[in-house]
Amino acid sequence: MSQQKTELAVAALQHGTVIDHIPSAAVFQVVKILGLEHTDHAVTIGANLASAKLGSKGIVKVADMFFDEAALNRIALIAPSAVVNIIRNYEVVEKRPVALPDAIVGIVKCNNPKCITNNEPMLTKFDVVSRQPVIIRCHYCNHAVSGANAKIL
Amino acid sequence: MNTHSLVSIADISKEEILDLLERAKYFEQHPNSKILDGKVVATLFFEPSTRTRLSFETAVNRLGGRIIGFSDPGTSSSVKGETLKDTIKMVSNYADLIVMRHFLEGAARYATEVTDVPIINAGDGANQHPSQTMLDLYSIYKTQGRLTDLTITLVGDLKYGRTVHSMLMAMKYFKPRFNFVASHELAMPQEYKEFCRAEGIQFTETSDFSPEVINSSDIIYMTRVQRERFSDPLEYERVKDLYALHNAMLANSRDNLRILHPLPRVNEIDVDVDDNPKAYYFEQARNGLFARQAIITRALGINPFEL
Ligand SMILES: [Zn+2]
Repeated sequence: MSQQKTELAVAALQHGTVIDHIPSAAVFQVVKILGLEHTDHAVTIGANLASAKLGSKGIVKVADMFFDEAALNRIALIAPSAVVNIIRNYEVVEKRPVALPDAIVGIVKCNNPKCITNNEPMLTKFDVVSRQPVIIRCHYCNHAVSGANAKIL
Repeated sequence: MNTHSLVSIADISKEEILDLLERAKYFEQHPNSKILDGKVVATLFFEPSTRTRLSFETAVNRLGGRIIGFSDPGTSSSVKGETLKDTIKMVSNYADLIVMRHFLEGAARYATEVTDVPIINAGDGANQHPSQTMLDLYSIYKTQGRLTDLTITLVGDLKYGRTVHSMLMAMKYFKPRFNFVASHELAMPQEYKEFCRAEGIQFTETSDFSPEVINSSDIIYMTRVQRERFSDPLEYERVKDLYALHNAMLANSRDNLRILHPLPRVNEIDVDVDDNPKAYYFEQARNGLFARQAIITRALGINPFEL
């Protein structure tokens, strides 16, 4: 059922951004990373939709908002399978997978309570040590965490 | 910026490690070279460690440098409530080099990002302690005449022991064979075994501190097994004596074998080992002075061989 409806819903967006192929478990983290909890723009969130690739997927559609490269790439941390569609005049003008940067700054909280980043007013920084599966390591205390378990600030 | 800092042994190359060993050798022969004349070194011990502080301060004093700093942050009002960044910035106005120990992990790395003054990490929580690693390497180099192709047995707490993890990182350049000897609860973490595999480092893993392991070793590196590491106190009582070394166990060991331990020991090495010529832990601690003189001169960009 949902496959067709999802396609329709995407097509219904006049201008904006659609982030598709998000693992269902990560949908609300994607919302948080993009700061959509505080936006006035129309946001459609779908979760547990049927997906041939993922079994179950989520989708986030935001009207009239276009995100910078860095913001979209942060999503790769928790949803490396995600695909970004840019919509203008009901047309998908750009479609590309998210890309994980080499370093992730100011996004993830370190799990180590004795880490300097949890005790000093400063930005966190993680180095990507593995891409599949995603594993990141605190630049300061060296504690490693998987992308799926990363705590988003 | 800050290229002469030493935060983690993993930051420096094989050539830099060999350079530090040559410097340490030089300072062992010339411990009182006055080559730090006019230099001010700050020793900031946000966490007390008398052993490490005395070693660093002796190293500076014997090289003719001056020392400022604190050994107990509780007595230093400026540090109370002040951010690490502000303390480092303040001290950077006065010192040519900062040696720091901190209870928070990553503190030294962060310090290198807020100042151009070189930083030497003298321990950041459970994370890194590179001067300990350098003195371990120097002790191995000195007693074996080389670093390559050695069989090194690590015993005790391989899970939390940062010194043994740093040893793996540093030895990757020198084709070592490791034996990991520990109880199941304190076994070498998976990520370090993966590191060994990725670097082509041979290792065996056993919970049995057996004659076979001892008699095939060039170096036995003992570590403290601490009660607080165990969730079950009975487990601690069971294993603490299994990973203790007694003189009789060394009867058929190699002539070149040396026993190392980062000190202080509790009961991992019986006092009856102390008089065995293979016991090296007290001299090992003394090597810390030369290793730290090497690290300090590198950090200040001073080449003792050109003076
Ligand atoms: Zn951390």
